[in-house]
Amino acid sequence: MKMLVPYVTAGVTENWTDLLRAAVDAGADAIEVGLPFSDPTMDGPVIQQASYRALCRGVHATGILDEVSRLDLGVPLIAFAYTNLVLHRGAGTFCAALRDAGVTGLIAPDLPIDEAGPVSLAAEQHGVDVVLLASPSTPARRRAEIAKRSQRFVYAVSVMAPTGEQASLRSSGRELVTSLKQHTDLPVLLGFGISGAEQAAAACAYADGVVVGSAIMRRVLDGAAPAEIGALLAGIRRAVDG
Amino acid sequence: MRAESRRPAGLGRFGEYGGRFVPESLVPACDEVERAFTEAWADPVFRAELDHLLSVYVGRPTPLTPAMRLSAELGINLLLKREDLTHTGSHKINNVLGQALLARRMGKRRLIAETGAGQHGVATATAGALLGLDVTVFMGERDIERQQLNVFRMKMLGAEVIPVTAGSRTLKDATSEAFRYWVTVVDDSYYCLGSALGPHPYPWMVRELQRVIGDEARAQCAAPDFVVACVGGGSNAAGTFAGFLDTGARLVGVEAAGGAAISAGSTGVLHGFRSKVLQDEHGQIVEAHSISAGLDYPGVGPEHAYLAETGRATYVTADDAEVVAATHRLARSEGILCALESAHAVAWVLRAAADGTIPQGSTVVLTVSGRGDKDMATLMELS
Repeated sequence: MKMLVPYVTAGVTENWTDLLRAAVDAGADAIEVGLPFSDPTMDGPVIQQASYRALCRGVHATGILDEVSRLDLGVPLIAFAYTNLVLHRGAGTFCAALRDAGVTGLIAPDLPIDEAGPVSLAAEQHGVDVVLLASPSTPARRRAEIAKRSQRFVYAVSVMAPTGEQASLRSSGRELVTSLKQHTDLPVLLGFGISGAEQAAAACAYADGVVVGSAIMRRVLDGAAPAEIGALLAGIRRAVDG
Repeated sequence: MRAESRRPAGLGRFGEYGGRFVPESLVPACDEVERAFTEAWADPVFRAELDHLLSVYVGRPTPLTPAMRLSAELGINLLLKREDLTHTGSHKINNVLGQALLARRMGKRRLIAETGAGQHGVATATAGALLGLDVTVFMGERDIERQQLNVFRMKMLGAEVIPVTAGSRTLKDATSEAFRYWVTVVDDSYYCLGSALGPHPYPWMVRELQRVIGDEARAQCAAPDFVVACVGGGSNAAGTFAGFLDTGARLVGVEAAGGAAISAGSTGVLHGFRSKVLQDEHGQIVEAHSISAGLDYPGVGPEHAYLAETGRATYVTADDAEVVAATHRLARSEGILCALESAHAVAWVLRAAADGTIPQGSTVVLTVSGRGDKDMATLMELS
């Protein structure tokens, strides 16, 4: 069974939590909830714009987690948060807030393993899993360490680029997934650049699932209703299930 | 032991500040830069080539000019370290030439840079032309509008200037975009960061490349009582202070009142390093505001956060009005039109000499980080 993990920028629209419901109804196995940050250095134009729009609406982590805590979605939620948001009130306080809101995973895209120690410790104390990213440029020994230390799944970055849809899947992603799988029994998911069902299906020939972000958020920015996002994800679900 | 050997511990730690908070995709690139610089900096051949260029191309050593009339008026001995006299007109060239030589040594064919006012972009374009490297400069759309002259200078020198339309469309967004771009071209391109900040090894490397300011100044005068420099990201101050850390001189960094990361910020992580940053109560980075575009950055180099915490250096602020007044006063009394950035240091010295913070008879070394030509349009609008 392949995993489908959609990403949604929290607070991008007033009814953004409906996007989460639509994703669950479409068969998402978990959802990445992006906490908007003013300086998203790992994100391409779409998620930059979504983050900017969310911040202009005046949302912040505390309010987002408050909304999330009232949801009962039935799938795990994983926070996608830049390091400054994690450390702002202290990693312990942040991880406790995640847990209180029912968010059980954390991805910090600008927190490499060399700097992750204190956050990992705090996350462990509060029962939050830390998902680590590996990149095509990551050397072999480091890939092994990332694969061993990651929790829940390993996030393979398919391409040397910020987040954003790519015209085609690169061979760098396949090579990375294959090498990561030698070091872990956890699922290895491919993300960054997955633009739709066809690419997701192709990725799942070697990966254990996909993360889809910009393809969703581009449509949301263009005004797509939650039902349209649901239809997109249902299509991807069917494609990866083959 | 000369301060030169003081390399930050671990992954670029200055106390709790510094570090390397970058996406995994950039970790190997930062490692590569760190290894290459460590080797090059210990290589007499590399050092000799840099020293040679600093001499025959940049015009170093720059003079330490006594500010005769101003000293008499203030009752102090004010000495100006003249980075405004370097080729391209600011201290930025010291750093850029070192990094461009390093890029060439690493086999890279292109330099990437971010720029705010355009001074670092111009310096990078200059070094690229000198060494035959392509140059791509990221600049916020708003800064492009404000700094047309520097944009044209960069293009004259053969650089490609890419407008950044995200966020506040200023230096912080240009820096983010430079990082994003670097990820995509990391194999053949070198990120030439313009200040003593960013992920390790940049804060350490840039300080080492700028320490020529402080080392020269120290050799050019008897022990000063005060050493003063303006602080945006903090590279001219880091380089100036490096020459005097092990002396009894009081080190004073002057921030823009509207961009005072040390005086008004709190601990945070931005652009790959932990330091003092301007942020709101939710951890969102806020924009800096200053009449000098070069100080419009919401963070500060990690070594400055550390020097402030340990008390080895003191950080103060100057506001736009007193900076403009200080620019005029230095021009009229010494015939030196300095950059608005540098005028922050002048403004503080004027204030501190008047209120006795700088006692009568003190010797003060002040780094004039750049010349004021680029600011004439701003000053014309005000007059």
